[in-house]
Amino acid sequence: MNFRKVLVLLSVAAFAAIGNAMLARGMRDVGSIDIHHATHVFSSLANPWVILGILFLMGFMWTYMTALSFADLTYVLPATAISYVIMALISIFWLHEHVSVQRWGGIALIVAGVGLVAGGPSRTEHPPAGADSRNSSQTADFHPSTPTGGAPGTPVQEKRR
Amino acid sequence: MKAIYTWVCIAITVAAAAAGDVYIALAMRRIGDLGLLRRQHGLLSVLGRVLSSGALYAGVGFMALAFFANMVGLSWADLSLFGPASAALTFVANAVAARYFLHENVDHRRWLATIFVCGGVAMLTRS
Repeated sequence: MNFRKVLVLLSVAAFAAIGNAMLARGMRDVGSIDIHHATHVFSSLANPWVILGILFLMGFMWTYMTALSFADLTYVLPATAISYVIMALISIFWLHEHVSVQRWGGIALIVAGVGLVAGGPSRTEHPPAGADSRNSSQTADFHPSTPTGGAPGTPVQEKRR
Repeated sequence: MKAIYTWVCIAITVAAAAAGDVYIALAMRRIGDLGLLRRQHGLLSVLGRVLSSGALYAGVGFMALAFFANMVGLSWADLSLFGPASAALTFVANAVAARYFLHENVDHRRWLATIFVCGGVAMLTRS
């Protein structure tokens, strides 16, 4: 896992957290929307915080897709769950919300989960068709010599951090 | 009856979210490392490959279904039930789906991390 990939994973978490916080800030200005007048949600698109939030969430989608292009889904999802921690910090320091002991407990569990998955290999490499099935689905870090980042069918030896 | 509707909605949200993530992951795996492709072929080529992926559109479609099921569920159910249940179950469903459909090696470390994260998300959203 090189620096660029760590940066991409951090960007996924940051874009998600900041985008959601901006949407929450914008929706506070807009006020609650009655379920019977759901089309009023479109009026929120004129709010600058909502527009910024949507732009950040578009950034999230692009970085999320980039992360999935070099790492497993079961690596990316827990690794980027740090966004929940960033969201909690934003809600404390920017939105001035109260964070209970239970929330801090949740944050600690997420950090432990992120630490666990980040210490392991990021990618499952599949051997070419016809290879010994006993060796299938090895996990490996990205192999720099494979032009497509270890696409399915690319034989790469297991390489741990 | 309301409880049944709520849990059906949670099930639809979780299944659609997991299917969306799996399809997007499948599309990205087929396309290859976007960073490397951009350096080798340029941004337009990468955009062309991404936008011509059928699996990606299927993923976005399922994500949209999950979003609307989530909205409908939240209009019936308490956030304190719907939020943690759907978020935590989506993490577990993704791990199972990735194991069986993407053939990812979900080892003990990843299972433990998934359980930690879904427990943490459940605690965050319930508090």
